Amino acid sequence: MEYFLELSSSGLVRGSIYALIALGYTMVYGIIQLINFAHGEIYMIGAFVALIVSGVLTIYGFSGVSILILAALIAAIYAAAYGYTLEKIAYRPLRNAPRLSPLISAIGMSLFLQNYVLLAQTPDFLRFPALIPDFEFMEPIAHIMGSAELVILVTSAISMVGLTVLIKYTRIGKAMRATQQDMVMARLVGVNVDNVISVTFIIGSVLAAIGGVLVGSYIGQINFYIGFMAGVKAFTAAVLGGIGNVPGAVLGALVLGLTEAYAAGYISSAYEDVFAFGVLVLILILRPSGLLGKAVKQKV
Amino acid sequence: MVDNIKRSLLVALWFVFLTFPLMVVKVNTLKSIVEWRWMNMLWVAIGAFALSLVWRWAMARRQLKSKKAEQGEDESVKAGFATRLMEDPKLYKPALIVIALATIVFPLVVDIYQTNIMVLALIFVVLGLGLNVTVGLAGLLDLGYVAFFAVGAYTYGVLNSFYGLGFWTCLPIGGLMGALFGIALGFPILRLRGDYLAIVTLGFGSIAKIVIENWEEVFNGAKGIAGIPRPGFFGAEMNITSATTYTYYLMILMVVFAIFITNRLKDSRIGRAWMALREDEIACVAMGVDMAKTKLGAYAFGAFWAGLAGVIFAARNTYINPNSFTFMESALVLSIVVMGGMGSIIGVIIAALVLILMPEYLRAFSEYRMLMFGAVMVLMMIFRPEGLIANVRRKYTGRKVTTEDANA
Repeated sequence: MEYFLELSSSGLVRGSIYALIALGYTMVYGIIQLINFAHGEIYMIGAFVALIVSGVLTIYGFSGVSILILAALIAAIYAAAYGYTLEKIAYRPLRNAPRLSPLISAIGMSLFLQNYVLLAQTPDFLRFPALIPDFEFMEPIAHIMGSAELVILVTSAISMVGLTVLIKYTRIGKAMRATQQDMVMARLVGVNVDNVISVTFIIGSVLAAIGGVLVGSYIGQINFYIGFMAGVKAFTAAVLGGIGNVPGAVLGALVLGLTEAYAAGYISSAYEDVFAFGVLVLILILRPSGLLGKAVKQKV
Repeated sequence: MVDNIKRSLLVALWFVFLTFPLMVVKVNTLKSIVEWRWMNMLWVAIGAFALSLVWRWAMARRQLKSKKAEQGEDESVKAGFATRLMEDPKLYKPALIVIALATIVFPLVVDIYQTNIMVLALIFVVLGLGLNVTVGLAGLLDLGYVAFFAVGAYTYGVLNSFYGLGFWTCLPIGGLMGALFGIALGFPILRLRGDYLAIVTLGFGSIAKIVIENWEEVFNGAKGIAGIPRPGFFGAEMNITSATTYTYYLMILMVVFAIFITNRLKDSRIGRAWMALREDEIACVAMGVDMAKTKLGAYAFGAFWAGLAGVIFAARNTYINPNSFTFMESALVLSIVVMGGMGSIIGVIIAALVLILMPEYLRAFSEYRMLMFGAVMVLMMIFRPEGLIANVRRKYTGRKVTTEDANA
């Protein structure tokens, strides 16, 4: 039973990280029907910036929680800047191109950013400092859920609630929903669609950077390649939940995280990815538009 | 002009900010040293400034071009040199003879190292031609194409190490296994559309690699299979040099064969069905095309070539391990297809040769190879989405009806 709880908690932690990244995919997809393949790279860049900032701050004598907060903040700012620039260079000129073009441009961007970090920093794994402190009150259940895991769960929950509020109750959220429903119509009633798309990329990037910082300090090491697998998994989660659907992405991510954790714990950790993709294929066969996605009728 | 320079300065400033933590700062957390690389900042600033000027000029040109195309001026005004070369028999016949002679003479004049690289490039030509069918003609995005390549290579590796089967027995088996896997994987994802398809194929690609890596008993895991024999020629004894030359000619034959088949197929009933499916699935099905059969055909056919190429790849290297079959290889083949111009056979050949040979000969730049790839893929999509050599669609031109005809 304890083992089961342990696996569940690690599955939830994984799931909530996937969810943070998956939200960026699903929001972008909802608005411009593009798989932002380079989104995983934004997450990786967020983690790298946080690592560099925390390294520099540690050397210059800062300590404790102030490092965590500063590192996360700067990482989020940089991720937002990268997300914004990415959209402007690689996707905006292709707004009216055939479907395959922006996707290939995204794969190109992903390769570019990976190798940019590889060349600018290092191909090796870097040790990420443990930024999250150990809480005393977590001591009794530390073997099931540690402090870092608690922080990850709480932070992701807060981010997701924040996102929901933003989409539901703010002006820009309304504009985002309008653009998602009908871009041309939104433009006609005075929504600045280009700005909305930029904001969507920025929000997604900030969430990914938060995920990057959390994962970095939880797992303890990063390299230039972490974005690829995380991106693929998060995208899988978004598809699983029905791409374009915000609650769906969270649900899909949790399902995926738990599946992986149980598969790794009870069967074999070498095959956890096989199970992750297996679940995806299975669900897509049964429900081609994902768990919460609506089937779109296409007119000719 | 001043305005342009001002804007480029702003862009340069933005990129200096953007690249600052990654390009300038380098921390060593173990030794607690921060390395500040200020020179990089200067390079970024200069580079971003220059590139932004070029970028704005190119964007302006692109806009002009699309405006012209809208007004119907661009069409048929100037057929590019490449298209002229292909259509004018006076030009393409001598060109073809020169190319044929060059390919035959090639391994006799260069050393074995060059021939060996050329064989690799030709393997990627075949892969490109295969994926060209799935992606270029049928419009089914496949991000896990390398899985079929692995199926071919491991078919030969496993059959040889367990049952001692030779190259020539394994070659057709490898191709058929590839096609079989193509159908097996294509079947569950028939109903999926573009983007869902992309992620599922990507998943299949990584599953293939994980299975190979972890199934020690059959595939020998991460250690890989060594000692795979090179292609034989009626049991003749060959040293490495002649074996490589022989593999080269074999590859040339295979490329010619692949060109011939894909070219014929393109104009056949199923080829037209593929293109119709790419353009509009619903309309195509409504016209009576069997969607399942057509799609599975495209997968099987693309995977068949990958299987064949895989067998030859295993024979060329005499050693295979899972690291040769990563997503990078899938991305490489996909960029060959895209850069060549989707659906265009000559384009795919040129792109494969360029992408494989360039990094081999520019060893100094090999670190920057993937960086360049990425950038080129993005730039191609923006400025030349039709690829190096655009695929020329067959057209049936009728006589224009003039007003006089109508009145008569």
